[in-house]
Amino acid sequence: MSAAEARRRPILRMIAGRLGIGVFTLFVISVLIFLAVSLLPGDIAQQVLGQSATPETVAAFRRELGLDQPLAWRYLDWVGGVLSGDFGRSLANGRPVADLLAARLGNTMFLAAYAAVIAVPLAVGLGLLAALWRGSWFDRIANVATLSAISFPEFFIAYILMFWLSVRMGWFPSIADPGASPRLAEMLGRAFLPAITLVLVVTAHMMRMTRAAVVNVLGAPYVTMARLKGVSRWRVVTRHALPNALAPIVNVVALNVAWLITGVVIVEVVFVYPGLGQLMVDSVTNRDIPVVQACALIFAAVYILLNLLADVLAIATNPRLLHPR
Amino acid sequence: MMRMLKTMPPTAILGVLVIAAYAVIALFAPLLAPHAEAQIVGAQFEPWSAAYPLGTDTLGRDMLSRLIWGARNTVGVALVTTALAFGIGAIAGLLAAALGGWADLALSRLVDVLMAVPALILTLLALSALGPGVANLVVVVAILDSTRVFRLARATAMNVMVMDYVEAAQLRGEGTWWIISREVLPNISAPLIAEFGLRFCFVFLTISALSFLGLGLPPPMADWGAMVRDNAALITFGDITPLLPAACIAVLTVSVNFVVDWMLHRASGLKD
Repeated sequence: MSAAEARRRPILRMIAGRLGIGVFTLFVISVLIFLAVSLLPGDIAQQVLGQSATPETVAAFRRELGLDQPLAWRYLDWVGGVLSGDFGRSLANGRPVADLLAARLGNTMFLAAYAAVIAVPLAVGLGLLAALWRGSWFDRIANVATLSAISFPEFFIAYILMFWLSVRMGWFPSIADPGASPRLAEMLGRAFLPAITLVLVVTAHMMRMTRAAVVNVLGAPYVTMARLKGVSRWRVVTRHALPNALAPIVNVVALNVAWLITGVVIVEVVFVYPGLGQLMVDSVTNRDIPVVQACALIFAAVYILLNLLADVLAIATNPRLLHPR
Repeated sequence: MMRMLKTMPPTAILGVLVIAAYAVIALFAPLLAPHAEAQIVGAQFEPWSAAYPLGTDTLGRDMLSRLIWGARNTVGVALVTTALAFGIGAIAGLLAAALGGWADLALSRLVDVLMAVPALILTLLALSALGPGVANLVVVVAILDSTRVFRLARATAMNVMVMDYVEAAQLRGEGTWWIISREVLPNISAPLIAEFGLRFCFVFLTISALSFLGLGLPPPMADWGAMVRDNAALITFGDITPLLPAACIAVLTVSVNFVVDWMLHRASGLKD
């Protein structure tokens, strides 16, 4: 993109700029994740082999892991491997980490997408209504309900749902393994409980934030002006308030979809769902560092990417943000 | 005081009462609990009875006693962590605002990086490297959570730093520490106190989640998150006992949130 073209297309320049920041953040985070290994007391070879290992075996294992190389070199080696799809080998069972991730990444994405598809329209719709009927009984009930849902630990909501819908009613399986089912409907049914848990948690956050964003816009002078002109209530909302509330709402949605990423870890453990989160927790317990690093990197990359997307979308829907003060 | 009580919404009053009850239970746990926290008193998974009001757990320990001890352990650890997070975040934020320049830039960028990734992911990463243990848990969660306190403390302190009375103090030749503690801190204490409640909820939920994942307080300490995990198998038999510790967590966070919500509402000066 030439400089002249960039001046004519501020939005492209903005996207390029944000992309640059995103890539840089990801680089810093990858260094941080990489350095986690060197936080280990002693070192990883000693850790794996145990105190009883002879110095010779430890030295040999260190060489095998490449620990005798300088730190910067090891980092480049690791990142180079990651970029070509090689995450190293698991310390626990010696299998390539990439193989462990492959099957589970799809499952986690499926669960997150499933929850997002239900939660986003629901939360934005309810948030709009709560803002429009501010102070009404609907708003008050929504306030107390969402505040409570936010305050509940995810595993509490998950187990309550499991208790009622699975154990008492027997409608859904309590262990959610989507398996390699060829039929989408069956997969949706099996993953329903974890998905609905995530929906409840995320909807509460998203709805509160949407409400706040819309209430903010409804207080703007141009909305009062439109009212005073005698514009119908519906038109005030659709033509005056909503276009201006779009940027914050887009931000809220992306933030919460990114937030699903962490919610997924706990919900997967509760429902024994074979996803990335469960793999990460298992690996933390076993102190299988290469797997933890790979999972952390993937979660971080997805999170940063979603936030980037939110930034770009928010600015695209509200050109005023192109020119910061 | 009485006037404040009268203007409190019912949710906030309820919140204050529940928090007080938790405090009493946590303080007097050794007197209230019928058994010691790690004492094996009966068979595994005994049902609710007169001897064991809430039954026994996976190892045959009294569930009610462990719930009471849990109030002390889980809430205590969460409080210590929140206080530490608050100390780190508030001091760093105030220093960044007062010193400005490079110190501000360096601290702010560091916080940006830490906040660019979900805290739970970084916590899991750090715990896998450092290994489990209460000290590691408290330090890791506190450092990651202090980023939020830092942002709030820095932003609010920045607004105060441009005031005339701060400039006057600077011209008088007062030191940075004097300005922070005597001029800035009293003026930003209201939002910081409300933030303390919010941070406590967040830290409490994070620590509960981690202990549910098996990375919390070491056994045999009674810990609500771990109690849910240990006894979760009972749920598939239609027994709600494992839900009780989770409910204890939920009730406390809801109560704190109710109180904080009211405080924020009052501080923002909104009158419906």
